[in-house]
Order: sequence, then C-alpha cells, then structure tokens
Amino acid sequence: MKVAIIKYNAGNIQSVSYALERLNITYHITDKSEEILSAEKVIFPGVGEASTTMKYLKDKRLDDVIRNLKQPVLGICLGMQLMCTHSEENDTPCLGIFNENVLQFKPDKNFKVPHMGWNQLTLTNGWLNPILENKEFYFVHSYYVPVNPFTSAICQYSVPFSAAMKKDNFYAVQFHPEKSARAGEQVLLDFLKLS
Amino acid sequence: MLTKRIIPCLDIKDGRTVKGINFVNLRDAGDPVELASAYAEQGADELVFLDISATQEERKTLSKLVKEIALHINIPFTVGGGISSVHDVAPLLEAGADKVSVNSSAVRKPELIDDLSRAFGAQCIVLAVDARKIDNAWIVHTHGGKNPTEKKLFSWVKEGQERGAGEILFTSMNHDGTKNGYAIDPLSKLYELLTIPVIASGGAGTMGHFADVFTLGKADAALAASVFHFGEIKIPELKQFLSKHQIPVRL
Repeated sequence: MKVAIIKYNAGNIQSVSYALERLNITYHITDKSEEILSAEKVIFPGVGEASTTMKYLKDKRLDDVIRNLKQPVLGICLGMQLMCTHSEENDTPCLGIFNENVLQFKPDKNFKVPHMGWNQLTLTNGWLNPILENKEFYFVHSYYVPVNPFTSAICQYSVPFSAAMKKDNFYAVQFHPEKSARAGEQVLLDFLKLS
Repeated sequence: MLTKRIIPCLDIKDGRTVKGINFVNLRDAGDPVELASAYAEQGADELVFLDISATQEERKTLSKLVKEIALHINIPFTVGGGISSVHDVAPLLEAGADKVSVNSSAVRKPELIDDLSRAFGAQCIVLAVDARKIDNAWIVHTHGGKNPTEKKLFSWVKEGQERGAGEILFTSMNHDGTKNGYAIDPLSKLYELLTIPVIASGGAGTMGHFADVFTLGKADAALAASVFHFGEIKIPELKQFLSKHQIPVRL
C-alpha cells in the first residue's frame, strides 16, 4: 500500500512516521503533489501554529492539493483544525473542508490550557472502531473544533468538542494516534484499512 | 474526563540510564529504550528523560538516543538537562521528543522561555523548577539543586507561564528522596495560581502519596523515579488503586 505523509513544517511528522514503522507499514514523506495524489492513503499531520502553517501550505500550493484529494485522508491535531474553515489562532482562514470554526479554550484553574494528557472518547456515528468507546487518547492542544454534524467522536473538557470527524473521504482526529499507545495504533490501522 | 498522568523519570548519562535501576524482566537495566518500552507497556502515561551528562562530548549521544526512544515507544516523552538555547532544542524535537524541559538556563536567562515557546509552541516547553523551603519561603535552586537563587517559586512559575511555558514540573527539594509524600501545600497553591498543567515531583513512597498528590495537591501529573525503578510500586497496581479512590486514570 502506498501511504503518503504530507511533508511540511509540522512538528510531529517524525512521530507519525515512527508509529507507522512500528506497525510495519511503508510510507513516504513528501511534498510533491503527484506523489500525494497517487498515494492510496494520505496522512496530514500537524503540530504547530495555524497561520504560519497555512502560509507554508499555500506557498507550496499544497492547500489545493489537499482540498482536492479523493482517497482517504487523515488529518491529525493541527491537521484536523486546518481542515476547517477558520481558526481563532491568529485569525487564520483554513482549508474549508469541514465548514466549522476552530475556537480557543478559555484557561481556568479547573481546565488548564493546553488540554494536555489522556482523555476519553464517546463515539457518535462514525468510522472509529467500536472497541475504542471510552478508551483514552493523548491530547495536547489549546484550540478545538466544537461538536458539529461531522463529529464522529466527542471528548469532554471545559466544553464538549470534536475528538474525531469525517466528511466524505476526509477523516480527522484531534488526539495524537501516534502517541496514544495501543488505542492510537488501532485508529491508524483502521484508517489504513479503509477503502 | 481528563485523566491524571503517571510519569516515570529516567536519569540518563552518556546514553545509559543511571542511579541504580532494578527492574524486573530486563536483561540490561541500563538500556533506556528497553526500560522506556517496559514502562509504556505497563501503562505509564508519559516519560521524562533527564540528561545528567556533564560534558558536551557526552551530550552528543542524546539526540541519537532520543530518536531510538521515539522509534520504539508509543507514548509521549520529555527530554531535559543542559538545554540552554533554541539551537539545543531543535535537534531533540526533530529526533522525536514531544517536549523539552528547561531549568537552570531559564533562571539565568528568562527570555529563553519566550524564545522557545515562540519557536516551538508552548505545548512542548516544560519549565522545571527545583525549590527548597527556607524560612517559610520556597527558594528556587539551580544546577541540580546546588545553587540557591534570588527567585521564589510562586512568582517564578507565574512568570514562566506568562512567558509561554506550557507546563510546570515542580520538584520539592525538601521532599525529594524522603519517600514521605509529595509537597502538598505548595502544590495546592500552584493549582490556585496557574492555568497551565503542573507535574508534581519529589517524595513518592507509597500509592497513598499518589492519591494525595492528586486529591489534596490537585496536581495534573505525578512524577517518580526510584519507586518505579526498584519495583516498589508497579504502575498497573497503582492505577487500579487510584481508580478505586475515584481518581480518573487511564487503565
């Protein structure tokens, strides 16, 4: 299987690639549109700041490439947020795949920001394996996507938010499957089995 | 609900774990990758690696080791020790570390926190603070607790948060190594004071101490070394114990 990891200035590209290596899945890390377009599965990772990342994607013309992909695409963390319409992080227009806005958590002593650590999922309609119901995943983020019609798993923090989403061939998770032990590996394997 | 994190800490020197580790079912207890994998399997939520290598020559092995760890373990980990610039941090994050911790160098030059946070994001900058209570004041110490400074714990962590640290790792030097429990009073004050997560360190001796640090100390995470390394407390049993005491943990 050809798996492409989109190469850009994201902080967790190595971690995602190492996770695939542990699962014995071959991949290539690329920013070439023809390689991304011809892959069977595309992973769009992301750790970083929204506006600099969007600028980078636009400069490399990867924004249109991602938007027009037809094969299964998995956005992770910032990758998921960038798939939305707009982010409050430095007032950034994003890719617009999910017609939703990314909001900032309000810091509070009971709800520290970043939301950092392992938190449980409640599955809604969606593509995540039913065995993952109530399982914990590793999150680290200060911005979130509210619950919306595309939500496939909900996580509860100061507000309930989208832990996972799906629209057509676009899949997205706010948590880090590459750092979420066995549960995270299950998500990656299930995504890679999609047709 | 966000769960409370259990974090084993490993001291690294010249690419090996040190400080006498007596861990079951390991042929070579000095191999950090083997030890890290075992902790991840047992349900550790995160790991901290503290590089105590004294010389630059010894430190060169660190990013190679970080890459080995990142390749083999499927939970997040922090690397600290001797980090004093953006230049030091980039190779560690590129090698696969999720966070870095800074301590003495941030006290010497507080703008380092701003620089690191701007370059890499607050979520990967941990401000580690070693403090000792002297005459009713918590005095920040540097260089592994050797040197007292002018800084006080509460104002320093608040400044760290404002400068862009994403997390505080607080070690009470009064409690460290005693196995008499964590420093509950200052921890509960940190809870009132901060809006970033706090990792408690120093004093773990029993499973009850972990329960106390979460309920009374209101810490977000608890770090310990020897009780885990010597098998005095086993992580699966600790988590069952905490869960029975209504403390949310990942089982």
